[in-house]
Amino acid sequence: MDYSEKVMDHFMNPRNVGEMEDASGVGLVGNVKCGDIMKVYLKIEDNVILDAKFKTFGCGAAVATSSMATELVKGKTVEEALDVTNKAVMEALDGLPPVKVHCSCLAEEALHSALWDYAQKNNLEIAGLEEPKSDIGHHDHEEE
Amino acid sequence: MATKIYMDNAATTPVRPEVLETMLPYFTEFYGNASSIYSIAKESKKAMENARNQVAEGIGATAAEIYFTGGGSESDNMALRGIAEAYATKGKHIITTQIEHHAILHTCEYLEKNGYRITYLPVDAEGKISMSDLENAVCPDTILISVMFANNEIGTIEPIKEIGAFAKEKGIIFHTDAVQAVGHVPIHVDEMNIDMLSMSGHKLGAPKGIGALYIRKTVRSTPLIFGGSQEKKKRAGTENIASIVALGKAVEMAVAEMDVETKRLTTLRDKLISGIMEQIPDCKLNGHPTDRLPGNCNIAFHYIEGEGMLLLLDAFGIAASSGSACTSGSLDPSHVLMAIGLKHDIAHGSLRLSLDRVNTEADVDFVLEKLPQIVQRLREMSPLYEEAMKNK
Repeated sequence: MDYSEKVMDHFMNPRNVGEMEDASGVGLVGNVKCGDIMKVYLKIEDNVILDAKFKTFGCGAAVATSSMATELVKGKTVEEALDVTNKAVMEALDGLPPVKVHCSCLAEEALHSALWDYAQKNNLEIAGLEEPKSDIGHHDHEEE
Repeated sequence: MATKIYMDNAATTPVRPEVLETMLPYFTEFYGNASSIYSIAKESKKAMENARNQVAEGIGATAAEIYFTGGGSESDNMALRGIAEAYATKGKHIITTQIEHHAILHTCEYLEKNGYRITYLPVDAEGKISMSDLENAVCPDTILISVMFANNEIGTIEPIKEIGAFAKEKGIIFHTDAVQAVGHVPIHVDEMNIDMLSMSGHKLGAPKGIGALYIRKTVRSTPLIFGGSQEKKKRAGTENIASIVALGKAVEMAVAEMDVETKRLTTLRDKLISGIMEQIPDCKLNGHPTDRLPGNCNIAFHYIEGEGMLLLLDAFGIAASSGSACTSGSLDPSHVLMAIGLKHDIAHGSLRLSLDRVNTEADVDFVLEKLPQIVQRLREMSPLYEEAMKNK
């Protein structure tokens, strides 16, 4: 697989790996069938994302996009965080092979899921954020 | 990082130095076209017929039954399409398995579009077909049974002798894709009642782009490539003399060394398998524990995905492969792992380490030292592992 140096760096030395006990919002997306599952934790105070953590089951690109996505949202307001799209993650990683673009989409979905969870818990409405359809939290992973 | 330990020999092997040395003169010195009449061409012809003998002897056939091709995939295509066409008036039913190489499966799909019926036999959890499934699949119009000798991913060796005996009794032609088996396990086409056999050069120390198809004298088949009288009009095109010479030499050497090499590789393989299983929890050996290629180790690890393992192994200079979706470019794990009944979560975490003559015990020790930490590192990143640990 032809990965950029940035992708390899974020795979070999992933930033923000881990769990968060007191997360303000958690998003879990993907499915076992396709081989990618991402879990993103966000710590939000005064509308600002103070910290982000992730755990990912997936290929090199899945880990690298999770790492980059969590890195990009740290310090942003929840509204600004919506600008961390799959495109933004891909650009920050100097691109992804075409077959791996879906990994960057998953990273965006994971972020949105975590933000939605935060909004739900706090009875907030975040302009531009819709209910994620792909959140698989609390569901059975194996669909067979 | 440069590759220090090459454990992907089921994908391809380096050309053996003795093989390279034998083939080199046929590029610049004896470059004549084997179809020509002058003396330099006679050298080419002689070398080619010598190679044909070497290949034939390696599988218990006669030289007249060996047809050189451009590789294993071409041999598989030629076998299936050649029989399908030649015996179309007799019947249009073919039996094969769910775990064949795509060279067989995609040819079968093509034949299905052209009016043939294909039965894909299932396999058990260890990758073997059942003889009763085979017996039940036979129809009055079955013209061909094609079952691979040994599987390229999980290494399972099929009951070829039983299948051959059954096919002979029923009067059905039996083809086997022996690309992974030739030079690695004993093969005798008469004792095993094999009517056609595909082989490939680059899996046993000859170059890429050369293969052969064995066709029993009594079997008819139509050609795939037209345009000349080479290979008794069954495969047109100026012969790839240097590579043909290489294939002959490689088969001869591999068969001569088989007893010793099989013993050595089996010991290494079993050390690798048991070392991994003992050190790493939550993993599963894919394929048959004993009826398997001497160099094949295929293990699936829970909670992680194969590509990550390959990248981290590569960082240590270890070359391996995986049946995960992410390494194949599709969204599904390999059809072989699905056929042996693996669930998606574990199928994505499969790792194939295929050993051959280039590997030593030190290689195995190095992998056994590095792999547990690689698996653990990926598991600590995995939400599936996190969940499983909480539930334990």
